[in-house]
Amino acid sequence: MEIIMIAITACLINNVVLSQFLGICAFLGVSQKSDSASGMGMAVTFVLTLSSLVCGVIYKFLLVPFNVEYLKTIAFILIVAALVQFVEMFTKKFVPSLYEALGIYLPLITTNCAVLGVALLNVQNDYDILTATIHGFATAIGFWLAIVILAFIREKMVFNDVPKPFRGFPIVMITSALMSIAFFGFAALK
Amino acid sequence: MKLKKDTPLERIINGIYTENPVFCLILGMCPTLATTTSAINGLGMGLSTTIILTLAELIISLLRKIIPDRMRMPAYIVVIASFVTMVDFLMAGFTPSLYKSLGIYIPLIVVNCIIMGRAEAYAGKMKPISAFFDGLGMGFGFTIALFLLGSVREIIGAGTWFGVKITPAAYVPVNIFVLAPGAFLVLGFLVAMMNKLKIGAGRRPGVDPTQGNMCGDCMNCMKLGLCSGKAECEAVKEAVPAADEGNKGV
Repeated sequence: MEIIMIAITACLINNVVLSQFLGICAFLGVSQKSDSASGMGMAVTFVLTLSSLVCGVIYKFLLVPFNVEYLKTIAFILIVAALVQFVEMFTKKFVPSLYEALGIYLPLITTNCAVLGVALLNVQNDYDILTATIHGFATAIGFWLAIVILAFIREKMVFNDVPKPFRGFPIVMITSALMSIAFFGFAALK
Repeated sequence: MKLKKDTPLERIINGIYTENPVFCLILGMCPTLATTTSAINGLGMGLSTTIILTLAELIISLLRKIIPDRMRMPAYIVVIASFVTMVDFLMAGFTPSLYKSLGIYIPLIVVNCIIMGRAEAYAGKMKPISAFFDGLGMGFGFTIALFLLGSVREIIGAGTWFGVKITPAAYVPVNIFVLAPGAFLVLGFLVAMMNKLKIGAGRRPGVDPTQGNMCGDCMNCMKLGLCSGKAECEAVKEAVPAADEGNKGV
């Protein structure tokens, strides 16, 4: 039951983009078209779930026994970078159809702070490895939801007459603000 | 005002005004939005990023001839992450309340695109002194932006500034400005104001992350993976000022 609550909180109530501000770069950069936004969401889900698992395992069985928890920032970022490279090579060779779908988004994810942020949050909240993996997956679903919604709105917004200084970045920010207010409604789920 | 390129003063003015990382390059959005709930938090985040940025740029510039070209990304990451770990410890020890309110965003300075972007675009090629002042300038630009954003949000949202009540008693604080939506809203309006000023002065507005090249350098371009090569980026860069002659490409 607690795990379900953690998942709902991570996905909707504390949405990774709209309330924790992680992964904003990808959120803004790849939300022009709904199909590429969906591809990015899929790639993030894949990497975030996997990295939560791997970082959890390495933290528990490597960093804690040697008393070097303070190295977690360096360790996690290198794990994420290596993992993304590995996933890219693996899917290219064995699952080409998946590579076609995710390939172009994978290199962008290394610098996506949501991935590192979730790994650090897992450690901060003392989640065990199963909870951490589910937390990572739910967070990524939240990211997916937010980026796809924004992409749909932006596809419609192309036809609107936006005042000149607001074109581009500012209007996307204001759209995100309204989405963020809408997501406050989910707080009632708690 | 025309200054000689790559001198200390020119670098600092460049970071604060010409290429302000937040308002012009739209870099480092995560800490900008997340940590500006009050003026003091914005200032703290800005200064700690400045320290890391300056030192990392200096070290990377000193090592630029030793680091092999193909291994530069992991090498930069290790240099940056080491400084971040040090600052993390120092802040935990000396400013515990600030450390608590910034929380997870301090270790996340590692993935701040400003630092990686400047390392790649500037420090990896330039002499240590220029790189040092570039880091200082960019850091100050970032700090000023965060301080401004934090002040606006704190004054409107809580009626206080640095924790001191400054609005009249009749003013009811608009709480939402301190919460998540306020961050998006205030930043959107601040960038729109900057754009308005620039259009009035006949200059092109800040780089639009939604149109082609995201940040002026390929490393941080969100379309890195989708891009066919540098030529396309260069073409976009050349095309943008031309289109702006008549204020069309805004």
